[in-house]
Formats: sequence, C-alpha cells, structure tokens
Amino acid sequence: MPVQRIKFYQTGSFAVGNRLLDPGRRSVQADAGRTNALTKGHRACQGCGEALGARYVLDAVMRATGNRAVTVNATGCLEVFSTPFPESSWQVPWLHLLFGNAPAVATGVAAALRAKGRTDVRVVGQGGDGGTVDIGLACLSGMFERNDDVLYVCYDNGGYMNTGVQRSGATPHGAVTTTTPAGNSFGQGKSVPLIAMAHRIPYVATATVADLRDLEYKAARAMEFHGARYLHVLVPCPLGWRTASDETIRVARLAQETGMFPVFEALDGEVTDVTPIRRVLPVVEYLRPQGRFAHLFGDPPREDVIGKLQLEADRNIRTFGLTEPVR
Amino acid sequence: MSEASKHPYAITLDVGSSLANKTGSWRTERPVYLDRMPPCNDACPAGENVQEWLALAEDGDYEAAWRQIMADNPFPAVMGRVCYRPCETACNRATLDQPVGINSVERFLGDEAITQGWSVTIDAPPSGRSMLVIGAGPSGLSAAYHLALRGHRVTVRDDSPQAGGMMRYGIPSYRLPRDVVDAEIQRIVDQGVRLELSTPVTDLDAALGEFDAVFLAVGAHIGRRADIPAGDSARIVDAVSLLADLEKGEEPLLGRRVAVYGGGNTAMDVARTARRLGASDAVVVYRRTRERMPAHDIEVHEALDEGVRMRWLSTIVYAGDDRVLIERMRLDETGFPQPTGEFEELDADSVVLALGQQADLALVRGLPDATIADGVVQVDGRMMTGHAGLFAGGDMVRGERTVTVAVGHGKRAARNIDAWLSGATYEHAERPELASYDRLNTWYYADAPATLRPQLDVARRISSFDEVTGGLTAENALFEARRCMSCGNCLECDNCFGMCPDNAIIKLGPGQGYEIDLDFCKGCGLCAAECPSGAITMLRGRF
Repeated sequence: MPVQRIKFYQTGSFAVGNRLLDPGRRSVQADAGRTNALTKGHRACQGCGEALGARYVLDAVMRATGNRAVTVNATGCLEVFSTPFPESSWQVPWLHLLFGNAPAVATGVAAALRAKGRTDVRVVGQGGDGGTVDIGLACLSGMFERNDDVLYVCYDNGGYMNTGVQRSGATPHGAVTTTTPAGNSFGQGKSVPLIAMAHRIPYVATATVADLRDLEYKAARAMEFHGARYLHVLVPCPLGWRTASDETIRVARLAQETGMFPVFEALDGEVTDVTPIRRVLPVVEYLRPQGRFAHLFGDPPREDVIGKLQLEADRNIRTFGLTEPVR
Repeated sequence: MSEASKHPYAITLDVGSSLANKTGSWRTERPVYLDRMPPCNDACPAGENVQEWLALAEDGDYEAAWRQIMADNPFPAVMGRVCYRPCETACNRATLDQPVGINSVERFLGDEAITQGWSVTIDAPPSGRSMLVIGAGPSGLSAAYHLALRGHRVTVRDDSPQAGGMMRYGIPSYRLPRDVVDAEIQRIVDQGVRLELSTPVTDLDAALGEFDAVFLAVGAHIGRRADIPAGDSARIVDAVSLLADLEKGEEPLLGRRVAVYGGGNTAMDVARTARRLGASDAVVVYRRTRERMPAHDIEVHEALDEGVRMRWLSTIVYAGDDRVLIERMRLDETGFPQPTGEFEELDADSVVLALGQQADLALVRGLPDATIADGVVQVDGRMMTGHAGLFAGGDMVRGERTVTVAVGHGKRAARNIDAWLSGATYEHAERPELASYDRLNTWYYADAPATLRPQLDVARRISSFDEVTGGLTAENALFEARRCMSCGNCLECDNCFGMCPDNAIIKLGPGQGYEIDLDFCKGCGLCAAECPSGAITMLRGRF
C-alpha cells in the first residue's frame, strides 16, 4: 500500500487520528496547527463533501511544499461558496478565473513563476467536474500534453451543483438531475483519470473524502513530481445526490466499497497501486441512500438500470483488481 | 503609500475573511459530546469502570489502570482468574469480531501490581467509627477494604484458619493459585484492616453492641444433600466439604472411578479435582442437557479437555459400593427433566454430590427482625437486613453466587454503611444511556482478533494443581486493551475535528477532547455520524 497503514488497533488507519499515535505520524487533518486553507465561515451547504476535499488537499499540499503553493480556481461551487466578495475563506494564495480555463491559467502561473526564477513555489489548479470534465477539458488536455508543472485537482460531485444540479459528463448512469429528471440514460460518465493516463503524464490518482489518509497521501505524493499531475477526488454533494447532510462520508465510502468509484494511483500512464475494497458490497447499498437514484427502487424496480450499474462496478473491480488482499 | 496604490484595480472594498460570516445561524441541530454507558461497565457486578481502566492501559500506564480497578474492586488478580466475565459477554466488539479480553488484561494488571508491590493509600481521615465484618470471603473483604478507605476502623472475623472464604476453600488452586489470594488479602491487611481468624462469631447481639455496624457475609458453605438410596459401604461425599478439606490438607479417598452428581461450576471443579487426585475416570452425571447446565462454558470446556466425561439427561437413583444406578431422563416441553424408566449401571468407587450450596444462616436465625426467605437473608437496596445496622451480602443474600457478585455486594454495603452511619442515604449516580452496538460506527475499527491466553498442556494439568491458564505479556496486554472500541466515550480519534466541513471543531489537546464552535457549526451532523464510538449526539432545537 502506498498509504502508510498504521495499526491503531482501535481505529485502524481509517480514522483521522488517534491519541495513542506519535504526533509525527498523525494525519495533516489531525494536526491542530494545520493550514486550514479553506477556513470557516464559507457558504458551502451543510455536509459539503467538496469543502472537505478542498481543505484536505490544500492542507496536505501546504505541508508538503512548506507553505509554498498557489492555487488557481475555476468557477464552480468551490469558488462561489468560498469567495462571495468581499469575503474569502482562503488562507492560501488563491486566484479565480473563468469556468473553462483553470488549467490554462494554472499553466500560465507556473510559467510566470518559472520566468521569475521562483522554482520553490508550486501551482495547484482546482475545479469541479463541470469545469474539468466538460468545459475545461480542452485546456486540461493541453496542460497534460505539454506536461506543464501543475497539479490539477478535480472535485467530482457528479453534476453542475452550483447552478442547480444539472447533468455533467461525470454524472453516473441512471442519476436524476434537473436536466435529466427521469434519470440520466447516457453512457456511464466520463473518466478523466483514464483520459489523463492516456496522456502519459507523471502522476494520476483518484481518491474520496471517505479515505482521508489516502487522499492526503496522494496530494503530498503528487508534489514529489514535476510536470502535469492529476488528482480526481469524489466529493458527495448532499443537495445534488439528495442525501442527508450527515451521510456525505458514508456514501463516498460506499462508492468505494461497491466498486462504483475505483481508487487507484498511476505513474506515467500505468496503474501502479489500488486501494483494495475492504468488504465488497452490492451497488444497491450505494444507490439506495441517494435520492437521485430513488426512481430505480419504485414498483417495479428498475432492475435493468441497477444491473447495468452493477456490471460497471464489477468491471471496475475486475480491471483494477480491487479485491486483491491488502499489501 | 497613497490610497490609489493600495487598490490598483477598481475595487471599492477591502477583501475580508469569511470568519465574519457566522454560518452557525444556519443550524437546526446541534452536536453535543456525551458519555454513554459502555456495556462492559453496565454488566460488571462489581461496578468496575472497565472502559476507563482499559483506556489507561491503552496508554501503557498500567499502574493508573490498576488504581482505577482498585477504586471498585480490591481483587484484580483474583478477578482476572475466576470472574465469569459478564463484561466480555456484553462487549460490543463481540458483534464485530471477538470480545475484548478484558479479563486477561485485568489479570495482567493484578499480577503486575503484586510483582511491583503497588498499594492503595487511605486518604480519608479516621472517622472514629468501628465496623465488624463477619466472614473473610470476597464479599466481607471487599466491604472491609472500602470501609477502610473511608477512614473507618474495620475488624474482620472468620472461623476458618485462613482468610479468603470460597476463594480459598471453594475454588481449586489450579484456577486460583493461593499466593495470588494471599497477596491481595495481605494488601488489605496492610491498610490496617484487622483480621481475626479462627474466631467464630456466635453472638450477633453482642457484636452489634460492640461495633457501630456489622456486615455479615458468611457465604454458603453447606452442601445441599439429596436422598439417594445407598448401600452400606457406598462412599458419598459432598463437593463443598471435599474442596474445603483438600485445602486444609486432608486428601479425600475417592478411588479411581468418581461420579459427580450435579451440573454447576462446583461439579466441574470437583470432577477436575478428582482427575488431579488420580481418578482415571471422572463422570459428571446431570439431569438435563449441556445447554441447560448452570456451569459456565469455559469450565465445561476445560473439564472436557481434561478428560472429564459427561452424562447428560441422567440421574443417580441408587449408589452401591462400586457402582451407581442411573436413570435416563428426558426433557418435557417446559425443559423440566422427566424420568423414562430406563436404567443402566455406571462403575463408580465414590459419588460426589455437587447439587448446590446453602447459605449459613445460623447467626441470623436468632434475630427477630431479620427476615429469611428462600434460604437467604432478605436485604433492602442498601444491603441492610431488617435489623438496623446489620448489613449482609455475598452468597447469603439473593444473587448469582460468584466472586464478582460478592465483591460488588461488599462495595455496595460499604457505601451504604458509610452513609447510614452519618444518617444519610447513598445516592447512586444516574446511569447514562447504554452505548449499544448501533450507536457505533464500526467501520473505523481495524480488524484485530483477540489475543488468547496460554494454557497448560492437558498432561500437566491432570497431574498437578498448577495453574491451568497463563497470563498475557505486557505487549499482548497492550494490544488487547487497544482493541477496546471505547463505546459511548470519546477516544480522541480526531474524526470530528478532521471531518467537519466547516472547521467548527476545536481541538483542546491530549486528554481534553474537543469543543464545538457554535458560531460556525452548521449542524450537518457529520461529526456524530462518523464518530466511531458514538460519543456525539445531535440535539434538535437547542442552541
């Protein structure tokens, strides 16, 4: 396992920390002195997965770079809830731009820093799945193709949640959105991690907010490389997924444990490590708590759609080897 | 610097921090940290704060852990050997994988205390009151210990030559080595409790006049008899006397084939003792099935390991000089055994009756205001008999007859005696809600199977009275303590702190826990949902 699996006995490596653990081995989020890159008072919804994901990633990046990082943020939930003028929740250098050009601007910032000889300052691009998977994909592909020295992080909540839960290219098959009220019947959602791998960039990884140590590890690991890097983080959205605000972590965990969201790491376009599923669960366990899939469980239930999603999960488990024993 | 150069762009306001935005106003529910009652604590007859001492042991502070046990129970080393572990039966971890080996950690701590010579000091000033405890068994000694801690002068009288009661005269040494009993009793004596052995108390009235209060705990030492028709030369002995005689150095002559009649723990003890005394065949004859045996599983299991045979659904109807006649039984629909009229013979040189014990009530019989019913002394919630100032506990009152229950009686009596002396009533602290399994988020606990204690080889077991079960090493004990899920109480895993999307949890530092920043808590409930131990609850409509 890439993540340092620490035996806490009581809570394993699954909890944020543990009082019995030596402070040096605690997660960034367990540290009372963490950066709090995204501080309180932001206007994200109750139980927002993206607010969590962004803080985890930026705090870990700050620790990994000795507080020398600047972030570029596409339009989207993260930008809107964190910076309604004149307030800002960011406690790191932060730059906002358009919906579709975050990778391009991040590239520009990296180039500007290089021109100024500031090799110590690193650049992190951030965006939601709308700004990344759909609108910004061309810029992102260009950034990958040129191998610009940027870590780009996509917070995937499966839709345009900021503007009222419209369907995006990352919305899973069968999910209800305001633009697909009967359930989305398109493909299976676009996998930008696989697209990124096809560019043979140095580092690609996926993670969820349910496995904090894994996410922190990947944010920090990404900073060990130069060139284009891509981190795709699953961040459940209580509003768009129609889940209770206290279920955010649980559904992210279920996405991982059912195989719906494979968690892996790839170097130069090759999968090098996966996070094995601890206890494989059927996809209905993941679908049932979410209101966006409620129509699948009517009378009669939509076995065809559920079956398709199960096949997809099974394929993920098979292709990525998600049931391999923990190494 | 001019105003213009501070604002190079057309900005009219300074950028401020979102800290100005008190998002706590969105809240409709409020998270609150609380302590729920862990099932282990709830189940402990001695009222030990099990989770608290496990938590101290988890930190590796064995002495503090031991002191926490001693606050409730002066016999950790004994407990760690003979307690039937209601805590482990109740343990939530059993639902996840296997219960935490609470008892083995307790034994480790008890043994460590003996090795290190730890003792408990009395901080209370002398009260000037004197108590008499009659019976130096677990209940009496527990009461004496707790009374001494409260500054009272305590005398314990017992008619046996050595203290310990059933711990010494009822439990075989292969389960409870005598040096352990001696060490833990000596610690109580060293605290200033006066022990008067071989001193039978015959006049309770006189004792009540001499002392401010009396605690009576003489136990149940009288073996219950059954009228079995027997031949002239049949050898029939009762189990309690046999175990007591053995302790006093008189080895009973049982022969090579021993039939033990009964199905309780004493039946197991005596059958296993018979094996150690050289019986090649020890058979337990019991009227019902194994499921209905009152003996605890561990003991049945160990007895079977040692070659003790079991005859379920059987009664002894006649005892001859070298054989007994057995009648087969069947259970009726209520589970009561009924005779079948089918008989068979079983070779047996002697029959040991282990049919239960009766409380020794001779002392109380003379008191007009003390009530005896169902073979035990009646006591109220304070453990006081109908006679003012006379308290009773242990096997002579109603309750399960185990060492742990007896120890718990002693503690309860001591608290109530102390209160009664000052004209007050002891108020038991209110019990918080139980931390049941469904309160936990067990995802967070790592898979960790229980550590087993080493056991003596069967060959060694049946040829000696050496202790059967070994103890844990310090390392194993630490691992086992750390399997505790801390049900219902914060274990400082930082999940609430790390998983709050609003940074609204304040970490107060080691041992201090956390606080909710209500200015910014939106009440999403993630902290409560993701708390492994169920130590956070959401309150509605209270801000």
